[in-house]
Amino acid sequence: MNFKLMGRIIAYILAIEAVFMVPAEFVALYFHEYPAAKALTLTMVILLTAVGALFLATRGTSRKFHAKDGLVCVGVGWILLSAFGALPFVISGEIPNYIDALFETVSGFTTTGASILTDVEAMSHGLLYWRSFTHWVGGMGVLVFMLAIVPLSGRNSGFTLHLLRAESPGPNVGKIVPRMRETAEILYIIYIVLTVLDVVLLLAGGMPVFDAVCTAFGTAGTGGFGIRGDSIASYSPYLQGVCTVFMILFGVNFTCYYLLLRREWREVLRDEELRCYVVIILASIALITWNVHGSFDSLLSAGHHAAFTVASIITTTGFATKDFSQWPTFSKAILLFLMFVGACAGSTGGGIKVSRVLLLFKGLRRNIHQVLHPQRMQSIRVNRQNMSEQVMANTNAYLSAYVVILILSFLVISLESDFSFESNFSAVMCTFNNIGPGLDQVGPASNFHAYGVLSKLVLIGDMLLGRLEIFPILVLFSKSTWRRLK
Amino acid sequence: MKILIAGDGKVGSTLTKQLSREGYDLTLIDPDEQALENTMEQFDVITVRGNGATMETLRAAGVEDAEILIAVTGKDEVNLLCCMTAHAMNPRLHTIARIRNPEYAEQAYMMRSSFALSLIVNPEKQAAHEIERLLRYPGTLKCDMFAKGRVEIVELRIAGNSVLCNVPLSRLESITGVRVLVCAVLRGGRMIAPDGNFVLMEDDSIFITATTDTLAGLLRSIGMPGRRVRSVLIAGGGRLSYYLAQRLCKSGISVEIIENDEERCCELTGLLPDATIVKGDASKPAFLENEGLEEADALVTLTGLDELNILISLYGHKKNVPQVITKVGRFDYATVLDDLPVGSVISPKELCGSSIVRYVRAMHNQQGAAVTIHKIANDQAEAIEFIADETTRHLNTPLKDISLKKNILIASITNGMKTVIPGGSSSFGPGDSVVVVCNGDTVLYSLNDIFVD
Repeated sequence: MNFKLMGRIIAYILAIEAVFMVPAEFVALYFHEYPAAKALTLTMVILLTAVGALFLATRGTSRKFHAKDGLVCVGVGWILLSAFGALPFVISGEIPNYIDALFETVSGFTTTGASILTDVEAMSHGLLYWRSFTHWVGGMGVLVFMLAIVPLSGRNSGFTLHLLRAESPGPNVGKIVPRMRETAEILYIIYIVLTVLDVVLLLAGGMPVFDAVCTAFGTAGTGGFGIRGDSIASYSPYLQGVCTVFMILFGVNFTCYYLLLRREWREVLRDEELRCYVVIILASIALITWNVHGSFDSLLSAGHHAAFTVASIITTTGFATKDFSQWPTFSKAILLFLMFVGACAGSTGGGIKVSRVLLLFKGLRRNIHQVLHPQRMQSIRVNRQNMSEQVMANTNAYLSAYVVILILSFLVISLESDFSFESNFSAVMCTFNNIGPGLDQVGPASNFHAYGVLSKLVLIGDMLLGRLEIFPILVLFSKSTWRRLK
Repeated sequence: MKILIAGDGKVGSTLTKQLSREGYDLTLIDPDEQALENTMEQFDVITVRGNGATMETLRAAGVEDAEILIAVTGKDEVNLLCCMTAHAMNPRLHTIARIRNPEYAEQAYMMRSSFALSLIVNPEKQAAHEIERLLRYPGTLKCDMFAKGRVEIVELRIAGNSVLCNVPLSRLESITGVRVLVCAVLRGGRMIAPDGNFVLMEDDSIFITATTDTLAGLLRSIGMPGRRVRSVLIAGGGRLSYYLAQRLCKSGISVEIIENDEERCCELTGLLPDATIVKGDASKPAFLENEGLEEADALVTLTGLDELNILISLYGHKKNVPQVITKVGRFDYATVLDDLPVGSVISPKELCGSSIVRYVRAMHNQQGAAVTIHKIANDQAEAIEFIADETTRHLNTPLKDISLKKNILIASITNGMKTVIPGGSSSFGPGDSVVVVCNGDTVLYSLNDIFVD
């Protein structure tokens, strides 16, 4: 493995993290929160020292870089990113326990939005800003950001593809324009424009600036950290509506926006994943509205909250306007289904991804056909293109790993924390799928504070596994990764 | 500038390597997913799976906003169709097609406007041309022409008993008696840009710039007889052999082609009435000797198998054939070939690649674009010919007063009929052809790129 180049890339990641802390620093200073400002400064100094040391240690790198290196690099990079990102919370004393701080940070970067904070409103503005900003960075990915700004082009720069593939979600990740740097730039520009639009619309609805920015970060990354104890519930219906729309928008594959910019309307309209995503959303809203309308004053209000919750869960954001733990079982079952499905590939959302569900469904149909006609050959087509068997195999492998991890995590946390079945299972579901609040004990009205250290560590692992789609983290534990010969 | 390359084969990937490094936006089209995947992992490009001659694939690859299409699939017909289809979809598109079949080559050139072709490349024909030039200067490993043939850069290997062995470059002129310039030295697979104190050693490959008139004298003075090649033995009877034999026969050199396939032999006898065609297995040493290997002035190995070519060449060297030329299809192992006495190594694919790159660069920079580009020293350096014009800076300034970028060397200046190997007081004016040697990492689009300011 090319440890030098990996070290260099990780140095870039940490340098970017240090730079990203600067706005949080300004926020802290603006609100005269000196302990928070001091903690952020100290963390930046630590980060820059590490960056300097890494840069010195990785001079004269070669450009030989394989898929394995890309996976390991992304896995290690994200772990370090979270480990350092947690420092300001600990140093300032606002989350004194390092494991708790790590949980909160990982939850931020992985855009989960699960919290261990019992009183969010007691946090300083500087750190709340940092906490929400981790959502924004983690949503599109810090390596993608790096690819957009660091000139890694030149000889043999195809290796950057391994980084994009390891970090970006979806079964079939590719570039949208020939140049990696341009691809990353396009993704981030779309991301920034949508975020700014969100902030503007929130401000237009009378939301305070700080709230608007933090909420927009949470929406854009499909993260879900609220800066109020009751998440989004106390804002006006207009603001909740804006959030609903933008959550759904951020759950769409960003390639679609690029196609829209290029005026290729038909391509977008015929995109199977997008169609599927929209149909699932509309059907879920309708079913939940019908199921819960009795407990609301009007059908409109029921529809409003159903739409918000469906958008929040399918995009794996995890904002809440109502405590859906109290809803009837049928509604909860639909929400559980949405948790599995998740957002579109190439979006900022988590979960299995609509396109994978689509592939699995088509694969299943093929298998059924083959049981009936063993001789029949059939290829899987998505968007009028044949999917290679490699993609199908990867998707199946992903699903197997997904199920195994889900069950093992559930086993381990049940061993330590004796909460209800619903709590523990939804805790794993909601961290692994990067949603945030689950049901019952970990529902929107409460949080993950009550879990023990082991459970928290398992859930931290789940969040990283979920965000990076399992393999970049899993390969770190494989013996063959560290062996010299493959 | 956006470029589409249809065909991710050997030429396709050679081009990808070169063009992506130079900063073009490349889209590769090929039906083979695995080949695309391999290329994409190595280079910063995007790929589209499919048949490059179909509108659907071309549209997916974004032909509408591309500027150049390079069709280098294995099939001439597909290349032609690909260029025609793409040109119909985007009339501003420049198209380059590789046409290898001699039966089409002529007509494709004549019908290039109706086929909508901007450039036709024929790797085998180019290689034949190259081999013919090498045969003209026995003893050189490689020979690149500039300024309409008035300047050459030749590659020589220093033998242990050569008069140049253990000689510092500053004494070169007094030994050879002619003004020459060593612009690069390849030692142990690495390129060195030498200065006057550099001492040549055994087994160095040196790249010498000289005017064509002085070259023969130079070669004679260092003990390489300028004996004319009179008989050439060619192993393999493919397209390249045909083109080469055709040229050699024209200049009165006796040619013998050894080909194993009977049908092909019959074909060749019809195509090349002046050449001797022998049916037989060129991989058998006894057979080669029987066919007069030891008496031949040159052995050219052009079979379809690289390994076989290398082996036959090694055998030819062993049997003291004065000049050996080896064709390889894959250049990946070039560093290994350097250490073997296989004579000159020719790769039609590389040659084809450089002529396409030259066209692309010329498009990129219409004014002052490179006229000729040759790769030297295992691709680690490039020799590029530019024509100075009014927009060129530092016209008529002595070279010693101009600061050039690092790793840049002016190898020759040709003014009309007069060519000089430049010294500190030389200068160039508008209309002069200037050959510049630069190391492989620098990309020069125009002559002005060589100056620091």
